[in-house]
Amino acid sequence: MSTLDIKNLQVAVETEEGSKQILRGVDLTINSGETHAIMGPNGSGKSTLAYSIAGHPKYTITGGSVTLDGVDVLAMSVDERAKAGLFLAMQYPVEVPGVSVSNFLRTSVTAIRGEAPKVRTWVGEVKEAMAALSMDPAFAERNVNEGFSGGEKKRHEILQMELLKPKIAILDETDSGLDVDALRVVSEGVNRIKESNDLGIMLITHYTRILRYIQPDFVHVFSAGRIVEAGGPELANKLEENGYAEYVTA
Amino acid sequence: MSTLTTNYLTPTGREEAWRFTPLNRLQGLHDLSITIADHPSLHCDEMPIGVTISSQPSLETPPSSSTDDVAALKARSASSTVTVLAIAPDAVINTPIFLKRESLGQISEASRVVIRAGNHSKATVVVENAGSAILSEDVEIILEPGASLTFITLQEWENDAIHLGRHHAIIGKDATFTSIVVTIGGSLVRLLPTVEYAGPGSSAEMLGLYFAGAGQHLEHRIHVDHNVGHAKSRVNYKGALSGESARTVWIGDVFIRAAAEATDTYELNRNLLLSDGARADSVPNLEIETGDIVGAGHASTTGRFDDEQLFYLQSRGIPEAEAKRLVIRGFFLEILSKIGIEAIEERIMGRIDNELSSVVIG
Ligand SMILES: Nc1ncnc2c1ncn2[C@@H]1O[C@H](COP(=O)(O)OP(=O)(O)OP(=O)(O)O)[C@@H](O)[C@H]1O
Ligand SMILES: [Mg+2]
Repeated sequence: MSTLDIKNLQVAVETEEGSKQILRGVDLTINSGETHAIMGPNGSGKSTLAYSIAGHPKYTITGGSVTLDGVDVLAMSVDERAKAGLFLAMQYPVEVPGVSVSNFLRTSVTAIRGEAPKVRTWVGEVKEAMAALSMDPAFAERNVNEGFSGGEKKRHEILQMELLKPKIAILDETDSGLDVDALRVVSEGVNRIKESNDLGIMLITHYTRILRYIQPDFVHVFSAGRIVEAGGPELANKLEENGYAEYVTA
Repeated sequence: MSTLTTNYLTPTGREEAWRFTPLNRLQGLHDLSITIADHPSLHCDEMPIGVTISSQPSLETPPSSSTDDVAALKARSASSTVTVLAIAPDAVINTPIFLKRESLGQISEASRVVIRAGNHSKATVVVENAGSAILSEDVEIILEPGASLTFITLQEWENDAIHLGRHHAIIGKDATFTSIVVTIGGSLVRLLPTVEYAGPGSSAEMLGLYFAGAGQHLEHRIHVDHNVGHAKSRVNYKGALSGESARTVWIGDVFIRAAAEATDTYELNRNLLLSDGARADSVPNLEIETGDIVGAGHASTTGRFDDEQLFYLQSRGIPEAEAKRLVIRGFFLEILSKIGIEAIEERIMGRIDNELSSVVIG
């Protein structure tokens, strides 16, 4: 049982006009096995929340705390956070020229597990995980995300999650850019990991469609850098009908 | 013997061709008033069938090309013999032909080399330079029609080596020339990989990889002379720099003459600055005298590590140093993988890893 505890998190980015406050006091607790959907208008700070937890250097923490099972996450380096059991499926996965997917996966799994995977079982493990996500095995020899379509990048993110077996995963618009079939395949992947690992999930999305596959326990409305309302799955339907107008203050 | 005309003067450093080079470190290799020794040290272990190597009197083997590079002219005049490597017509040599230089010591050396690839021959020649040296060389590579030649030079010198060199290829009709230059060692290395064409249907791919550590000056001056039509050139050089006063210079001169219709050319140089105190100069230069071309372009970038790439790798548990290593290996792989000789690719990658670990990167 793990708990990610976000308390009064405040985050700024440096801009040419100086520091700009993006997150204005985010409070959220995610336990193992729970799925929290985060919905909110463009630019409200959802990705900022995701990146800040993962430790992206662009963001400056100006207040609050993030802990995983009581341990200060904000004091950890980026790789330590991953080793502690956090995983971020990115909205825009990054291309890394000249680094093959298979080399990347092996290096990453070795770092997270603390030892190199057994040569005998490793190839099979990757093949199986790729097959489960309907990914062509040829992707293993391609460079990380280079020339991948939007949907292929998202599958590749979930593939990594499957192999790294995190405790808490943040999925930042993993559903965007997926066709109907891919959405189902990816959702099944997430549910599989959730079941086998008792994964806690922060699911950032704009659409209720993915929530039909991945049942949220909680839905949070995000606006202007904080959570402004929380409810059950029914809140998502209400948002889909009414939009965010009532939460956005001019 | 001297083929030097009085038109040529010892460079002062103000000349366009010499303005980046620290002349005071050249040990006189450029200085026309100083005589340099002539003891060709290029050697080979064995030659495959279809390949011969011999030493010819310089006077009986006049240069096939003209040059205005003073160092190359000086090397020519100082060399009484020429090492001639000949690949027989139609010979297909599947194993690489290795030529080596090791530990020339502290005596300045001039070297003239001619590589002649016969009609429709196919071969790979690898020149391995290692140890200490003060070397000035003029290498001429002649590709007869239909020949296919890969010419690889590895500068894995000790850190005190001084090396000036011109590698000039004359590419015949329908011939294919691939040049791969790897420069990692040496105190000062200044190379001129240059090509001209002798017939249509010919192509040149010129690839380079360099890594300058603290105090190293690594200079590559590419020159592609599209003097005939229907020829192709691709230039791609990638470099990394790390450490105080690490210095690289890349010049990419491509000339498309009026007669060179249907020319297809692209040149690219990318530099990765891994620390403060390093400096990379990159000067692509394209001159076009005909409008009738297939394509002509160039690109040059010099930058630091891509934060997004590093973050992505680190967010998957990969420690920062390892992430940087992966990114740099990936950066060079495009060039390195073209060598096609696994043992050499691994050795060079190992050297790059060493360069990385011997400096605090960040
Ligand atoms: N360097 C920057 N300079 C100025 N503003 C920035 C900078 N970086 C981020 N921002 C702003 O921070 C805000 C939050 O961005 P973020 O990506 O977190 O939004 P989001 O909620 O994920 O939006 P979306 O739904 O479109 O993905 C945006 O208004 C964005 O323009
Ligand atoms: Mg976003």
